[in-house]
Amino acid sequence: MNSIRRALTAVLVFGLVKPLAALAAWNKEAFSAKTPADALKTFGIGNATPSKDLSIDAPQIAENGAVVPIEISSAIPGTTALLVVVDKNPFPLIARFDFKEGALPYVKVNLKMGETSDVRVLAEAGGKHYVATKEVKVTIGGCGG
Amino acid sequence: MAGPMKMRATLGQGYTDVRVLMTHPMETGQRKDQDGKLVPVHFIQSVTVKMNGRTVLECQASQGVSRNPVFSFRVKGGSKGDRIEVSWLDNLGETNSTEAAIA
Repeated sequence: MNSIRRALTAVLVFGLVKPLAALAAWNKEAFSAKTPADALKTFGIGNATPSKDLSIDAPQIAENGAVVPIEISSAIPGTTALLVVVDKNPFPLIARFDFKEGALPYVKVNLKMGETSDVRVLAEAGGKHYVATKEVKVTIGGCGG
Repeated sequence: MAGPMKMRATLGQGYTDVRVLMTHPMETGQRKDQDGKLVPVHFIQSVTVKMNGRTVLECQASQGVSRNPVFSFRVKGGSKGDRIEVSWLDNLGETNSTEAAIA
């Protein structure tokens, strides 16, 4: 009787815990990484293929590094995630967007840039990774004060 | 602390444009206040977008997103009156959400 109950409890607990774990938890390791390579490694991204189907719309020169508007989208079929990385920021990884069934791989967001740097956008599609890069010149940094 | 959110969901061609504003300081932990003390890090860590109760987009963010973040997302399809819900959670456990119907 007891063992049956235990087995049932185990099934229940697993049933409850699994969907929670499946939810994308905030990846602390990635967001506290100090270099772009380290941050991407935590997501299992090593060499990404450059792609013209990834578009980054960002200003060439940002007068205020505290608010740099970027618009990113992917035309790669089956894109499930987009990542934004500012190479020279103290914490380079800005955000990761996971698109479920029903969302288009498109995001517009404002980000902070400490200094002139490459902005990299990575896409995940069918287990492969793609990258596009754009340099944004910053005249006043947005990370200090 | 969690300030108001504003959201607008409008129909585009074959998609719905969701524009959401969150009131949040997004402190980087690198800025100093007037007394020269570091302002503790405080930022939105995750954002979830739902359409009619189903999660369509999940975002993990860092302190590198600007103060009072404005996000634009695109959801496939959608029709007038569909419910869009956006919620966020920050590193101090504060949370907020807003809901709107597609106009």
